[in-house]
Parts: sequence; C-alpha cells; structure tokens
Amino acid sequence: MPRDEVLIGAVLDEVTLSLDELARACAVEPQWVVVHVEAGLLGCVRGSTDEWRFASAELLRARRLAALERDFDANEELAALVADLIEEVQRLRAQLRVANRSPE
Amino acid sequence: MEFRDYYQTLGVGRAAQADEIRKAYRKLARKYHPDVSKEPDAAERMSELNEAYAALSDPQKRAAYDALGNRYGAGQEFQPPPDWNAGFEFTDGGQSGAEAEAFSDFFSSLFGREQRRAAAGDHRMRGADHHARILVDLHDAYHGATRGISLRGARLDESGRVVPEERVLNVQIPKGIRDGQQIRLTGQGSPGAGGAAPGDLYLEVHFTPDARYRVQGRDVHETVPVAPWEAALGAEIEVPTPSGPVRVTVPPGSQTGRKLRLKGRGIPGDPPGSLYLELQVVLPAADTETARDLYRTMAREMAFDPRRTTGV
Repeated sequence: MPRDEVLIGAVLDEVTLSLDELARACAVEPQWVVVHVEAGLLGCVRGSTDEWRFASAELLRARRLAALERDFDANEELAALVADLIEEVQRLRAQLRVANRSPE
Repeated sequence: MEFRDYYQTLGVGRAAQADEIRKAYRKLARKYHPDVSKEPDAAERMSELNEAYAALSDPQKRAAYDALGNRYGAGQEFQPPPDWNAGFEFTDGGQSGAEAEAFSDFFSSLFGREQRRAAAGDHRMRGADHHARILVDLHDAYHGATRGISLRGARLDESGRVVPEERVLNVQIPKGIRDGQQIRLTGQGSPGAGGAAPGDLYLEVHFTPDARYRVQGRDVHETVPVAPWEAALGAEIEVPTPSGPVRVTVPPGSQTGRKLRLKGRGIPGDPPGSLYLELQVVLPAADTETARDLYRTMAREMAFDPRRTTGV
C-alpha cells in the first residue's frame, strides 16, 4: 500500500454490523451472539427487516463480555453485571467531567 | 528481540501447577483490567498478562516454552533457534487471532506456527479482525481530518513465516465523529489464508482530553470566564470555540453557572450538537490601592449580603 494512501472507513452507527460480522469482530462463534442477545445481555439495533444489527456500543459491549467470560471464566450473567457497572461508572465519570469536576 | 519470562510476568515459579497459574493470572487480570484499573499502564500490562497466560495455560505451548526458557533470562537478547519447536504440536488453545494481535514479536516468533501452517495449506480461512484505540482532537470532529496512526502487528512473508511489522495508516477521521464510535476499515486486519479475504480493522475513537472543552455525545461544554461588570451589566464578548471565535451576548444580571446555549455549534451532524457556554464570574485581584478602593466603595455603597439572598 502506498504510504500516502488515505483510508476511508465506515463509521459504525452510520452503518451497522450483521450477526456474523459482530461474531467475527469479537472472535466468538455466531451462536455466542445469539445466546447473549436472546438472554437480554447484549443489545441490538433492529433493522428494517427485523434482522439483528449491531453498532459501536454493541461492539464494545460484546468484546467486553467476551473478554470477561474468557479472562475470569465468568458466567454470562456475571460478566453482564460487571459490564453494566463499568458502563454506569463511565456514564457517571462523563457527567462529572461535564460538571467540570475531576473524576478522580 | 528480548526473551520474555512469562513466569515472572505472572509472578509464579517455574514448577507452578496449572491451577496456580490460573489463579495468579486472574488476580492480576483483576488488578490491571483496563476498564477499572487506575494503573497508568494497565492496558499494556493486561496484554502482557494475556500473552503470558496464553503461553503457560496451554500444556503444549508451555512445554515448548519451558524447553527454551531454561536457557534464557528475562530481557536477554533472543532469537528462536531453527526448528526449536520441532516435536511440539500446537493446537489453538482458545486464543484467537484477534486477541493475539496485541501479543509481542517474541510470542509470534514462538507460536505463530499455526498461522503459518494455515497460510501454507489450501485451507481457506478469513483473516482475523483487529482492534485499536485511537485518540483524535475535538477539532477533527468539527472539521474532519486525516491522521497517521501506527499499529504494531505481524504479517506473513512469502515463505509463510510470521514477521513482526509496524505499519502506519493514514486514516480519514470523518467530520461529526463522536467519542466511543468505531471506524471500520475493511480488509485492514490479518491477511486471509488460502486466498480467503483479509480481516477488518476496527478503530475505537476517543477524544484527546482537553482543558477547555468537555464533550457529551454531540454536545460540547465550555467554561467562559467573565468579569463581574460583564456579568452584572451584560456585555458582548468574544469566545474561542472549536468552530472558531464567536461573539456572544452575556445577558445582564448573569451569575456564575449560567449556561448559554449556542444551538448547532456542537459537533456537526444531523442534528448537530449544541455548544454550552458556562459563565464563571472571576473577581479581579485586590492587589493595588485603586482596586482595594473600588472594592471598599462597593462594600459601602451596595446593600449586598450574599448569605441573605441564598438563604444561608
């Protein structure tokens, strides 16, 4: 690839991922995604055809869940609980930042 | 390349049982988990831990590593001897290509064999997707930009050997990007095997922390210092914003904390975000006789008790 070539990517949210694409991006089996969505542990964006689609937030969460389950042998609900808490802490930290107070 | 002592990384002895290794790994994984750790180098440490655990938790990889490790110490210059791993058969111990992305050249040179074999055979296998976090300036979200990012990875040479590679990609940061969004670069992940398609590269975008601006979604918050008379009497002031200087009217009777909303001056999009200017009244220092006189005059002439108005 020439050094000066500029890569133009697609911003997730403007485009979304299919179930198989999400599974591949998280290095998990598609069945893993199905189980987690059906159990309500992972969200999805409904496409026009009622097909499951996934955007930035879902990709981040799916990778986090997969890493927690793998690193700690955590069961799915426990990994989801940890992910919920992480997301909540990040939301609160962002609010603190906006309120101009140090999050530490 | 330096020899890596995986036992040292996990803080266990060479004779440690599998159970002990797992416990040590989990304990450290909790300490350095990038989402919660306060350690500055958490992400780096976590990837070292994952690498050490990937090598030592797999009996075959561990046996091969032990055969080498007896002859090397941490940090020692290291080249894998030719055919060092002859007689060891590696199966994929749950360690996927995507995770292996962050692993060191040292690891790739030892355990990259699976990948080599897959590439050499006629087995078609799509390349793994990769992930990286990048920092961009808020300015880039307003105007769009091209940013050079450098990534460490590995590629296969003609003979199918894994060679470490640092690559620099010029990536377009689209106008309107928000914190936490992912950019997908098709075909920029691992090469595929047997003529299959390469994987994709996902870039998780975050804004460089900025002393002036705080971002929430598409909305941007900025603190604007004003003089007491500007706040009290009203004024037209010039304020620097991410989209350039803007003239703003401070309404008379403003106090610290008052927010002025500039619609459409946040991060561009459909709809664009708002820019919130939070006024902060700053008192001039009473460091000259003139200044002290002015304060004394105010104290004398103005019937003002801030405790009474706030009900304290």
